[in-house]
Amino acid sequence: MEQLITCINCPIGCRMTVDVEDGKVVSVTGNSCKRGITYAAQESIAPKRMVTAVVYVRGSRMPLSVKTSEPIAKKLIFPCMQAIKALMLEAPICMGDVVLRDVCGSGVDVVATKSIGTVPLTPEQA
Amino acid sequence: MCDAVSPQKVDVLIIGAGPAGLAAAIAAKEAGAESLLVLEREDEMGGILRQCIHNGFGLHRFKVELTGPEYAQRDVLRVHELGIDVRCGVTVLDVTSDRLVTAISKQAGLTRYQAGAVILAMGCRERPRGALAIPGTRCAGIFSAGTAQKFINLEGYMPGKKVVILGSGDIGLIMARRMTLQGATVLACVEIMPYSSGLNRNIVQCLHDYDIPLLLSHTVVDIHGRERLTGVTIAQVDHQRQPITGTETYVECDTLLLSVGLIPENELSKKADVPMNQATQGAVVDDSLQTDVPGIFACGNVLHVHDLVDFVSAESFKAGKAAAAYARGERRKGKMIRVLDGEGVRGATPQRIGLPQTDDEPEPIQVLFRPACVYENAVVRVLDGQKEIHRVKRRILAPGEMADLTLSPKLLGALSGQDITIHIDASEGVCAWNS
Repeated sequence: MEQLITCINCPIGCRMTVDVEDGKVVSVTGNSCKRGITYAAQESIAPKRMVTAVVYVRGSRMPLSVKTSEPIAKKLIFPCMQAIKALMLEAPICMGDVVLRDVCGSGVDVVATKSIGTVPLTPEQA
Repeated sequence: MCDAVSPQKVDVLIIGAGPAGLAAAIAAKEAGAESLLVLEREDEMGGILRQCIHNGFGLHRFKVELTGPEYAQRDVLRVHELGIDVRCGVTVLDVTSDRLVTAISKQAGLTRYQAGAVILAMGCRERPRGALAIPGTRCAGIFSAGTAQKFINLEGYMPGKKVVILGSGDIGLIMARRMTLQGATVLACVEIMPYSSGLNRNIVQCLHDYDIPLLLSHTVVDIHGRERLTGVTIAQVDHQRQPITGTETYVECDTLLLSVGLIPENELSKKADVPMNQATQGAVVDDSLQTDVPGIFACGNVLHVHDLVDFVSAESFKAGKAAAAYARGERRKGKMIRVLDGEGVRGATPQRIGLPQTDDEPEPIQVLFRPACVYENAVVRVLDGQKEIHRVKRRILAPGEMADLTLSPKLLGALSGQDITIHIDASEGVCAWNS
């Protein structure tokens, strides 16, 4: 089966054609460098993306920004967003804290990308 | 009355605690500036990074992909470690060319500072609807992309459900994905140019991933709705960017996001009589990031709009170091030459470079610029007067990605003292776009 993939490694953005048979890459054409082949292989067989979002925190005026600790399967993006939207967290939360384990069975955690209600950000807020 | 109060003395005063201001502060402190003050208008440090919750920041500087808040936090922690005095909630009202800074805040009222050196790090602002001259009603539901980003990511509000995005700058692309993930339907991203000004990665991961059409050579020609936006009319444009009659299509939507460019926020720079560059809409600077007003430096998006925060930080480290040296009384000696925009080059920065002195080993100087259009297989040439002294081939150059050129110590040492010009030679390539 042939897939069309735009390479994201550099501004050239090569339009590559990837031929996949039985879950294996048979050929990649249209790339101008080796990085294209690696990307095309990953992208055609098991595309992955980081997911970032915000979560409400009880009593906090600002929501908390979160991310998946690693890229997850592209098809899990929307289920992952649903799981994240269902969260309601309690402060304090520290950057890097796991807020949701093994999201949608991906084996990947959702972690906080900022702190709320922990370390004062400026001396005046202390 | 306030004129009677004698201003507080500081060595280096930095305006803005976004990525540029924080990096400049860290570098100035590390370079030995004794009294250092950072003034920030918002309630927190971090600038625009606070609302950029997506990842992809820091690959060049930290060799890892961070989200905006994580990138900012690394600098915030360093600022705390160094004991740098950052005052949030303080708005700078005035800067004079002799570096008298007036600021106002709830806590301290009106305050004045006499700075040994000032670093301008105010960032940039989005181009608003008013700058576009789109006809139609002035209904609710029209936001700049960054405003929508702030609503969703910092305040937890969704600005709309059915969205059209005008302009394909990076913030617009990022918001197409963000709104989609948050449950909105993004109907199209409309770009007047025949190419996108956004990063390729964002076109793939924010539009293609969600089957959002990118309509190149199209624009919004009418806006409909009384109280709230009900729809927009989209039309194709010709080579002169004029709408083509007969191509109009009505698209029903409740939200229009504008991602049509960023403008450096230089109101304060102008008060200090800092000469501006027309192409960058930022200050004219030399290779130490000093403006034409002695002791006033500029870095980050207030100087020229960057694509990557990593380059903002790198530039700002240089500015911080140079400002600390200026505040100590060190002055640059020797002749300055100009760096001029040649064919196909817009806003080469720095606009001046100092000729190396006999007693110092020159450091390489990086010149950043925007290509005027898309070039394939182009040659970038550096001319010393009329003589070509350097050439590099580039597979692709596009306005959406800042290009760079490094002037090596050897090259700098051999300069004749005439102005240098940077050219993009398209004779071996074409000014085109392949989509």
